[in-house]
Amino acid sequence: MSIKGKAYIAGIYEHPTRLAKDLSLAQIHAEVAKGALEDAGLTKDDVDGYFCAGDAPGLGPMSMVEYMGLKVRHVDSTDTGGSSYVLHVGHAAEAIAAGKCKVALITLAGRPRAEGMATGTVPRSRGGTPTPDEPFEFPYGPTVVNMYAMCAMRHMHEFGTTSEQLAWIKVAASHHAQYNPHALLKDVVTVEDVVNSPMISDPLHRLDCCVITDGGGAIVVVAPEIAAKLKQPKIKLLGASEFIKTQMGGKVDLTYSGARFTGAAAFAEAGVKPADIKYASIYDSFTITVLMQLEDLGFCEKGQGGRFVADGNLISGTGKLPFNTDGGGLCSNHPANRGGLTKVLEAVRQLRGEAHPKVQVKNCDLAIAHGTGGSLGLRHGSATVILERE
Amino acid sequence: MADTKERKLPAPAISPETQAYWDAAGKGKLLVKKCTACGEAHHYPRPICPFCFSDKTEWTEASGKGTIYSFSVMRRAPVPYAMAYVTLAEGPRMVTNIVDCDFDKLKCDQPVKLVFKPTDGGPPLPMFTPA
Repeated sequence: MSIKGKAYIAGIYEHPTRLAKDLSLAQIHAEVAKGALEDAGLTKDDVDGYFCAGDAPGLGPMSMVEYMGLKVRHVDSTDTGGSSYVLHVGHAAEAIAAGKCKVALITLAGRPRAEGMATGTVPRSRGGTPTPDEPFEFPYGPTVVNMYAMCAMRHMHEFGTTSEQLAWIKVAASHHAQYNPHALLKDVVTVEDVVNSPMISDPLHRLDCCVITDGGGAIVVVAPEIAAKLKQPKIKLLGASEFIKTQMGGKVDLTYSGARFTGAAAFAEAGVKPADIKYASIYDSFTITVLMQLEDLGFCEKGQGGRFVADGNLISGTGKLPFNTDGGGLCSNHPANRGGLTKVLEAVRQLRGEAHPKVQVKNCDLAIAHGTGGSLGLRHGSATVILERE
Repeated sequence: MADTKERKLPAPAISPETQAYWDAAGKGKLLVKKCTACGEAHHYPRPICPFCFSDKTEWTEASGKGTIYSFSVMRRAPVPYAMAYVTLAEGPRMVTNIVDCDFDKLKCDQPVKLVFKPTDGGPPLPMFTPA
């Protein structure tokens, strides 16, 4: 069974806040749910499927279904880090295709900034019963940034990728973020700005890193017969795929991501090719994340990512592959340190023609959204969706 | 020149399945799990082989030789340190640190050798230094 054409994205919402000192975690989940349902022209009583991940408080679906007063017959709290919500879109389509629900609500929220979390630079133990990997990793000081940095270091070593090439990814994101009133970083930056920013963990500079923000977002995925009755342009799901890439028992290879598998599978299901894609939302926790995923999704050959992103090729209006036109995680928003959901949101805006006029892609009828969650250098989840404006 | 002298290393959480690994570390030995069914070595160590799922795995002592697969110097830490993957001569790549060296001269594929560094109340950690 394929999910192609079996589900539509009918509602989206991104919380405008980037610092949520006065909002509770559950409250943000509910506010984004309300926003996405209103965007779709639906009410909470229409929701019969609920999806959330590890950012939700308490026992995920149980806590949030009660808080929001939902009555659902299908729940899914699969957690693959920041990629979870891209994966949830695929799972929602599967559930809809199987008749398990008709209106699926996906929410994300978090307050790492208000809580003063040292997101990227301090090793984190999950606490409780250690994961099997923990004794062999945690004492050495793995952080978010140094593990992604090791991917960049090896990529540079094998393929000659440069810091300047990586910097172009931030430059493109900043060109887009200047038009997003909610973006945390609205200033356009240059390649020099990026490579001259302080080194965090070699070879990643401060401006190679995404922002740390509070906030959240929500997506409403519906059955075709529901979508047909709603006011929004019909955004159809053509393909979806997920994968977990690990250290493979010690055969770890840092030069590619799980996007190699999810991209191939999602494109095959959708029946389209990378060259057909008009707009790409690519997970951007760091510049290297984008570069590797572009290669792995098939937008260029492995090792050619540096050349592909250079010279503004990702900037809408001038480049060949407009990406993250909301400013992405690198400049606009990375709520809860999980950037997958906002990737889907901007893809839907582009397909609806609702992106900012300065970054709207002309005749945008086919888009990809890709997420990476966990740590690219340790173990990560990948999820890809391909969406079409009908 | 930065090294691990001032850096306090947390003790690893030891479970029954990895007790032998940490006991050996306490004696200055690095153990690698090898599967007698498929012949593959793996890391981190598990009783059941992650390649063929056989339970015929055994502890073998590593030579202590390896090369740096990748590394990154965490400049923003209170005491900068070099995170790394080292490819052991026995095959598996392991998460580790490169210590007692000039961080600015580290390179991918550089040969390294095993050293141990004390932890805060636990067994010492296997780490590597340029060979």
